[in-house]
Amino acid sequence: MKVSAGKMLYIVAFFTIFALSVQMYANIKTNEVTVIPPTSNAVTPFPVKINPPKGLPEIPTDLKDANGNPILVSCNSCHGVRSPNPKNGSMGPLVSFHQDLDFVHGKLVCISCHNPEGSYADFRLASGESVNPKDIIKLCAQCHGPQFRDYQHGSHGGMTGYWDLRKGSRQRNHCINCHDPHKPAFPLFRPVAGPNDRFTPHQVKETHE
Amino acid sequence: MSDSQASLPIIDHPNRRRFLKTAGATLGLAAWAAAMKPLLDLTPEVNADEFLQKHYRELTPEQKSVVFKRLEEETKAEYNADVTISDPPPMENVLFGYALNLSVCIGCRKCAEACHIENNHDRASNNSYIRVFEMEMGGIDFEKGNATYDHPVPAPGKYYMPVQCQQCENAPCVTACPVEATWKEKDGIVVVDYNWCIGCRYCEAACPYHARRFNWEKPEIPAEEVNPVQSYLSNRIRPQGVMEKCTFCLHRTREGRLPACLEACPTGARVFGNLLDPDSEIRWIIENKRTFVLKEELGTRPRFYYYFDE
Repeated sequence: MKVSAGKMLYIVAFFTIFALSVQMYANIKTNEVTVIPPTSNAVTPFPVKINPPKGLPEIPTDLKDANGNPILVSCNSCHGVRSPNPKNGSMGPLVSFHQDLDFVHGKLVCISCHNPEGSYADFRLASGESVNPKDIIKLCAQCHGPQFRDYQHGSHGGMTGYWDLRKGSRQRNHCINCHDPHKPAFPLFRPVAGPNDRFTPHQVKETHE
Repeated sequence: MSDSQASLPIIDHPNRRRFLKTAGATLGLAAWAAAMKPLLDLTPEVNADEFLQKHYRELTPEQKSVVFKRLEEETKAEYNADVTISDPPPMENVLFGYALNLSVCIGCRKCAEACHIENNHDRASNNSYIRVFEMEMGGIDFEKGNATYDHPVPAPGKYYMPVQCQQCENAPCVTACPVEATWKEKDGIVVVDYNWCIGCRYCEAACPYHARRFNWEKPEIPAEEVNPVQSYLSNRIRPQGVMEKCTFCLHRTREGRLPACLEACPTGARVFGNLLDPDSEIRWIIENKRTFVLKEELGTRPRFYYYFDE
């Protein structure tokens, strides 16, 4: 079987990217973030775990698979090999692949958080210090201090499990479980239907006048 | 001729006296039957054991296990659901407190829904111990709130205030009860003995937070939706005609778990914990946020704290 040097290069590049992606995904999955000890209970046999992010983000291509579902592609597929353009700060000039990526996050630009010296799935703090993907709460916290403080004290972000850590563990949401980092505003919700009880709000009475 | 008609005296010899006697006897019989009719209806549901059952706080452990077993069997018979009924006791050195961050609550009613499922509420009325009020920015009087909103939330200019039992230190519902069917436990939870309650609804009228509910109908729940982990004082299926209320999910919280409404909250607006633990999150909230309680002027001293960020 004859394989040209060009093809060989493609195959090697593909496997390298694939291996890197798998490794990063595994990192995110396996490492539990334990930044926050919520109470200073002298003995806490059970930990507070932070739900890991769902994995590396993916964006839709314009293509659909045989079942009609959009084909998603990991950012790393391209950004693992392409060098970033630090002069670009908005979505506008990005004519390929980025159309479906909403980016509404203050006045930030891509490289405010993405580390241009890494693979784009690496992050950096404002100081330039690189941040491991599993620690990106630090990245959010550098701007959202009050939210981070409240989060540390259990008054921001959903949780499940035990209030009494002597009896069991607690699971907490990660910032980006609820907030899309590219468009962090919480979306509108359609409320669940309320009870049909016989309670009449006083407001209704006033409208009878 | 007269011999063959002797069996029908009224028709045979009608007179005023006989007519009145017969009519009186018929009416009397009918009235007696009508008065006794409820007994016929009651027999399948009220048995001698239940009628003679003592107040929860007077039951010995042996009597409790008999009562719980009977209730489990009744649930199996009436709802076709296998449940276990227990009564976890208050924990030592624990006083429960709840705080709610009004700045992050978005009014999605997920807490009310979780309560509905956890506490085996009647499906038809979609009952819940939590009522979420849509409030105008600038006021905290929930009597002016709207509990029936149905539009995407949060709406501009509004904020959302979920109200449930405030587990008052000085609970008006407890003093209002004429038969002591409701009382405050050591960990601060106000509970109801559903089998002792006579359904007079005085407690409902006494509660300034509209937190108590009355079982107008027998709760209807499909067997597969019944929450089988039940406790006598909290989420077991209540009989018709008795009061019920939020117990901070004591069947969960007395085992160290978080209440169902808190776990359902997508924003983390709810904070639950032990007020006696100086390192708990609830204590941090009270010490660092500007918390307030509802209708403070009434002197009920709620253990449910509200606050806004900043």
